[in-house]
Amino acid sequence: MSFVEYGEYIQEGDIAIVFLGRESMFPVKAQHGTQTQTKYGVIRHSSDLIGKRFGSKVNCSKGGWVYVLHPTPELWTQNLPHRTQILYSTDISMITMMLELKPGSVVCESGTGSGSLSHAIIRTIAPTGHLYTVEFHEQRAEKAAEEFREHKVAHLATVKNQDVCKEGFGVVGVADAVFLDIPSPWEAIGHAKAALKEEGGRMCSFSPCIEQVQRTCLAMDELGFKEISTLEVLLRVYDVRSVSLQLPDFGMETQVEGDPKETGTGQQATAICKSGVTPKDMAGHTGYLTFATKSLL
Amino acid sequence: MEKISVDHRTIKEGDYVVLKRENVFKAVQVQIKRKVIFEKQWLHLDSVIGQLYGTSFEVAAGGTLQAPKPNPEKNPKETKEAGMDNRNIVDDGRSQKLTRDDIETLKEQGLKGQEIVQQLIENSSTFRDKTEFAQEKYIKKKKKKYDNTITVLKPSTRILALMYHGREPGKICHLRYDTLAQMLTLGNVHAGSKIIVFDTCAGLVLGAVMERMGGYGSVIQMYPGGEPVRAATDNFGFPEHFYKTLHEFPLCKVNLLLDGTLSLDKDQKETVSAVDESNGAMSKAPQDSVQKMGEEVEGEKDSAQASPEVDTMEVTSELPEDKEKEERAARRENKALEKKVKQEEKRKKHMEAAALLQGRNADGLVIAGRFHPTPLVLSLLKFVAPSRPFVIYCQHKEPLIECHTKLRERGGVIGLQLSETWLRHYQVLPNRTHPMLLMSGGGGYILSGITVAMDTATSSGPQKTEEPAPKRQKLQDTES
Repeated sequence: MSFVEYGEYIQEGDIAIVFLGRESMFPVKAQHGTQTQTKYGVIRHSSDLIGKRFGSKVNCSKGGWVYVLHPTPELWTQNLPHRTQILYSTDISMITMMLELKPGSVVCESGTGSGSLSHAIIRTIAPTGHLYTVEFHEQRAEKAAEEFREHKVAHLATVKNQDVCKEGFGVVGVADAVFLDIPSPWEAIGHAKAALKEEGGRMCSFSPCIEQVQRTCLAMDELGFKEISTLEVLLRVYDVRSVSLQLPDFGMETQVEGDPKETGTGQQATAICKSGVTPKDMAGHTGYLTFATKSLL
Repeated sequence: MEKISVDHRTIKEGDYVVLKRENVFKAVQVQIKRKVIFEKQWLHLDSVIGQLYGTSFEVAAGGTLQAPKPNPEKNPKETKEAGMDNRNIVDDGRSQKLTRDDIETLKEQGLKGQEIVQQLIENSSTFRDKTEFAQEKYIKKKKKKYDNTITVLKPSTRILALMYHGREPGKICHLRYDTLAQMLTLGNVHAGSKIIVFDTCAGLVLGAVMERMGGYGSVIQMYPGGEPVRAATDNFGFPEHFYKTLHEFPLCKVNLLLDGTLSLDKDQKETVSAVDESNGAMSKAPQDSVQKMGEEVEGEKDSAQASPEVDTMEVTSELPEDKEKEERAARRENKALEKKVKQEEKRKKHMEAAALLQGRNADGLVIAGRFHPTPLVLSLLKFVAPSRPFVIYCQHKEPLIECHTKLRERGGVIGLQLSETWLRHYQVLPNRTHPMLLMSGGGGYILSGITVAMDTATSSGPQKTEEPAPKRQKLQDTES
């Protein structure tokens, strides 16, 4: 198994996602002799994980059970250790499609951050593409490189510890797409243009503040980028539930109309229907996505 | 190596491209000496061959596309006369001195878009009173109308999804492009996997999946009726080897496959086709019409092929009626032969697909279309391995709510999520930044989840498959 290739059975060294519930998951590295504590008991890797099929139920010592899932970049995004604020799958999906990423694409990215987007990009460009990712924080750059190795995707990524605004991505004229998630993206547009292939490519800048977007769009325009377009995308989730609504009592009637869904007698009549209930809060803003095209003419 | 990479960036004859003018797109195939209509103009695409994708062309008289100039004119930022606000500007519709006919004359004289705009500015009595911003807006608006620049783009999911959503949303069940983007990511569509796709969105979703697979792995398209629909898929212009990874399997044989009683042997071809027809009037009608179409095409071919035979026949038989009868017999024979060859090809393809499905270890399932999702997903999930994602798109929320409920009852799925995305575009200009005035009202809904091993009979009654049961069952308020 790797993040870019499905495997069927858990092997030593594999990452698996332990699933206890929607809001309760965490990654583990399968290793002989190791144990993992969960609220349902202990998972013994040698007997409970290694050799098991991804997706199976694993019984824990206290009698409860969990599922062990095959890692995907989406599950990783939900469970990775945050070193910075990360991008979530909603934005990642949009970025992937709007940058036209596919197997074989060469991508430049900065900043690497916690590697959330990086993993998604690597999955999409495998097996023949490459990701050049730049992170100016030394420890974060090292951690990212380490994770890529552990997830068996190091051959698809090059991590550079430098400042993209000053030194660029370390490559020129090779990228199909460039992505920027940095405080001052307008300072890196020139480097983005240089990193992109001569015949053209796509770029994207992600910024939380509109002032950043304004400066970035100006820089893109001045450097000859076309099709400059800014948008935002937000996820709305619905919780599917049976909702019980009370039926009013209008007093005595000669004929009582029976609704098959009615329960109770007379006073406490209710009707049940299925509904997609909206949550109390939702993510109202992550950042603005600005896309542009580099072309010869 | 360099040459190859430039090659696929160069427009070639036969390529599928997308023409773009402002925000209007159209997918066409580049063929020499063929006229193409786009934005109310007839165009010849011959001159784009050999140019790079992404190049913009001017439409010259007669519809030929002119190669671009080496240095595109950039409007010099002259400090022109401008007003402070619009308090004195009266909109009486009479500020433009040029009439429609005048403009037509200018067009006929061969004036380029930019020059026409310049003429309009000079003949506008209120232009210099407008504020700078209003002037820019005016110029932009006129440019949009009179600029005759067409860009030739290489097809991609992004461009085709934008095109279909703008032009023919009904054909793709109103799937908005950001929703499609979510599906591809949530479904973890990537090279080397084996994905089952059910697509009645003209094949756009299928094409998007194939693009993300890059020709690696395999895609099995399940289809209703007689033939899979792939109009949009063709527009992607995939190389030949991509199609080797694309398989198809008819829905009407799914139950046979699941029961293990599907036989696609040559000898039993007759029985299978009989079962085919009995399994639904739907599957019969399109099959017949497709075969009829096939026959029409064959008829044309045959008349060309039959002529040499006819010539030899002419020598032997004198009577024209006999000649005609023999011609017809020869044509019928050819038709029957071609039909057999086609059926054989189809059978082979179904066998390949069946072999891929039989293992029940597909890496994902993507459903998008106008069919009710519940029966589709309940049936097709049987072919998917555990711990794999599935994504279902529906234009409407309610069928997905029902689907969610049925999946809960079925078990063997976790992480069910019903969602939609909200998309908003922005205008970003100095001192004029704001969201666009018009916004998409809706882009459809997605139900996604991950398969897990199905519960064997040992599990106790109303246990939620979502959360492993705690030792003591707590009574909670009604959840699905």
